[in-house]
Amino acid sequence: MTRRLPSKNVVIIGLGWTGSIMALELAKTGLDVVAIERGPWRDTAADFNIGTTPDELRYGIRLEMFLRPKQESITMRNNPTQTALPIRRWGSFLPGNGVGGAGMHWNGQTWRFLPDDFRIRSHMTERYGAAILPADNHIQDWPVSYEELEPHYDRFEYIAGISGKAGNLKGRIQPGGNPFEGARAREYPTPPMQQGYAQDLFAKAATEKGMHPFPRPSANLSAAYTNPYGCSMAPCTYCGFCERFGCANYSKASPQTCVLPALLQEPTFEARTNCEVTKVNLSPDGKTAISVTYVDLQGEEWEQPADLVLICAFGLFNVRLMLLSGIGKPYDPNHDEGVVGRNYAYQTGSGSTGFFENAQFNTFAAAGSLGVAADDYNSDNFDHGPHGFVGGASITSAHTNARPIGYRPVPPGTPNWGSKWKRAVHDSAGRFTSVGAQGSVMSYRNNYLDLDPTYKDPLGRPLMRMTFDYQDNERKMANWMADRCDEVARAMGAKNTQVNRLVGPWSVVPYQTTHNTGGAVMGNDPKTSALNRYLQSWDVSNVFVMGASAFPQNAGYNPTGTVGALTYWALDAILGKYLKSPGPLVQA
Amino acid sequence: MAGSTRRDLLAATALFTAFAGNALGRTVSKALPWQPNEAYPAARVQPGPWLYLTVAEATTIDAIVDRLIPPDDLGAGGKDAGCTVFIDRQLAGPFGGHDWLYMQGPFPADPLPSQGLQSPLTPRQQYRLGLAALGVYCQANFAGRQFAGLTVDEQDKLLAGLEKGEVKLTGFDGRMLFGAIYANTMEGYFADPIYGGNAGMVGWKLVGFPGTRYDYRDVIANPNKAYTLPPVGLAGRPAWGQPT
Repeated sequence: MTRRLPSKNVVIIGLGWTGSIMALELAKTGLDVVAIERGPWRDTAADFNIGTTPDELRYGIRLEMFLRPKQESITMRNNPTQTALPIRRWGSFLPGNGVGGAGMHWNGQTWRFLPDDFRIRSHMTERYGAAILPADNHIQDWPVSYEELEPHYDRFEYIAGISGKAGNLKGRIQPGGNPFEGARAREYPTPPMQQGYAQDLFAKAATEKGMHPFPRPSANLSAAYTNPYGCSMAPCTYCGFCERFGCANYSKASPQTCVLPALLQEPTFEARTNCEVTKVNLSPDGKTAISVTYVDLQGEEWEQPADLVLICAFGLFNVRLMLLSGIGKPYDPNHDEGVVGRNYAYQTGSGSTGFFENAQFNTFAAAGSLGVAADDYNSDNFDHGPHGFVGGASITSAHTNARPIGYRPVPPGTPNWGSKWKRAVHDSAGRFTSVGAQGSVMSYRNNYLDLDPTYKDPLGRPLMRMTFDYQDNERKMANWMADRCDEVARAMGAKNTQVNRLVGPWSVVPYQTTHNTGGAVMGNDPKTSALNRYLQSWDVSNVFVMGASAFPQNAGYNPTGTVGALTYWALDAILGKYLKSPGPLVQA
Repeated sequence: MAGSTRRDLLAATALFTAFAGNALGRTVSKALPWQPNEAYPAARVQPGPWLYLTVAEATTIDAIVDRLIPPDDLGAGGKDAGCTVFIDRQLAGPFGGHDWLYMQGPFPADPLPSQGLQSPLTPRQQYRLGLAALGVYCQANFAGRQFAGLTVDEQDKLLAGLEKGEVKLTGFDGRMLFGAIYANTMEGYFADPIYGGNAGMVGWKLVGFPGTRYDYRDVIANPNKAYTLPPVGLAGRPAWGQPT
């Protein structure tokens, strides 16, 4: 039996970056806000304790902080002719769980997308003609421009304390920064991280090849910092336990370090953890959300009415909740109609691992965002005419960790075990470093999300089904980038290299990236987007949906900077427009 | 692992204390719910009898892990590093039952390789059934000798055959057995010693991993210099008077 609770002004589903920022800013106006989070409460001292957190097996391999597939998984296939099967053990991507969400377990690379990325369809068509766009693509311009988002990127970067060096201040190119970036109003809040020996070699080699290397923007802070919410952070110690771990040093920007201490001081805010929202309930005409239903740890079901519903879970789960709740028309690839589940995209990874004879890289001295990058081959920073692909990649020399269960490269040709392997793993230790290319993935008719017909979660609800594969455009791009990476790795002095190309179908087994995007994209046309330019549902106007699910396609960057910017952009619209006059902010 | 179980229990307990007459679920408001000295250490493996493996299974695994990681001048092999103890304790815990994984059927016979793990067998079942099938194979092909009684060349050849799928066991996928033991052996050799393997931090010393030191600002400040401090684990290191 469902019990109905007293109504709130705002209900927020999921308490990660987007949920916590929304909660704080809305509670500050005096609204009654409740955040409902399906995972546990987590805080630095208890859950990321320095005496327990540097434990690779527990957190990095058994994945203690992550959503357990038993609770919810996703089914997967490479194309619509196949039968999807559940991802029984996470591999390719790792969905978070609990307070902090992906903002707790991330590496912290905090980018802005480039101005061209926001109008990529128009830009590429203008420069090269429509023929350069790949077959069956759904590439769309974003409904916001870089210039519109700039103040919101800035705001998120100052909340997170990002360490970096501006490359473009108000249109003036700055030495030491990224000359390709969009103009920013001011410097990063903290200076860039110190780089390691491998990054110094990379910077030199890349510069000799005519590239423009710069320290990548990092949420592992280079210096102590207090943000505008009054939350304080400490300098990063390069411990090498970022991604998959919480930070014991208060050095990695996260909801825990940057938002929650301020949020909990708001008397009108309340969080309910270990409570899973199962549905957003709509009015009979389907145009208004009236409440959410959630289930607690005991299996008890509750109904929480609210005036405004903010869906702030991880992007994939935003899409599933919309599908389960009937918010927006589900996407149907057969007729190329509908919007929820449309334009799921991901990211490419390729590169080259170099093995050196005389070097002490001390790869374990690392941080999730430590690295030097070059954007010469990202977005449309280079002439795509000779290549026949759309998109690009950020090319990086990075040391995020050298945790030995998961990462102990050996030169090509080494056996997997036995005496020769043991000798090789010993001799290679500290003498390897990688040059990687993290690339964009465009959107396509047959890469999408819908509900699985067979597999269910423990509550009996259908799992979401992911249909995805890399297309020729992405393979071409990623493999061209792998060659560029290999050239740089050799120029750095590698004696031999292992080139990592994008071959075979996308597989759920090896870890690749948790940059899953799309499925509830923002746009100017309700026939090709689930959300309007303010991240408001076209169909249910008191529902806003945060997160990378809104990306029309994915760029060659980590998503969190843009997710943060979109959150503040939507917040401004809610505070400045919606709350004054609730209803659709854009007429369909 | 034990820590999370305890936290789940705490969360469940909170349901009855903090929410009388209200929604069941942990409510947090007005203050961070942090408590002094609250932390969730992993349970440390204790010496003692096998918790899951039979003596015969452990004998076979001892022999296998010592071929995967042989003892030599670079350090102990898998057996003396404690890999078998590690495997036994992992099998006895939530990992051994795939307790956290999605294990609802159906389990089709012909999944795509890109769809990854699609077997209904838990690690406990994989070890029990797979080692039994390996025993039958050795009995039939090596004149009654068991795996541990083979020469190291015979062992290496058999393991390579299992790895490549060239050796067919009756009633069990040899590649699955090899894959399970290989993955768990490497985990045991390189995991923190509190889990029963990596004795004396032999795995960390092999690859120059300093363990849990958690602060390398001095390393970053001094590029291209050898790191000389010995590794430290969650329970300290031997020079601190801690058994590891």
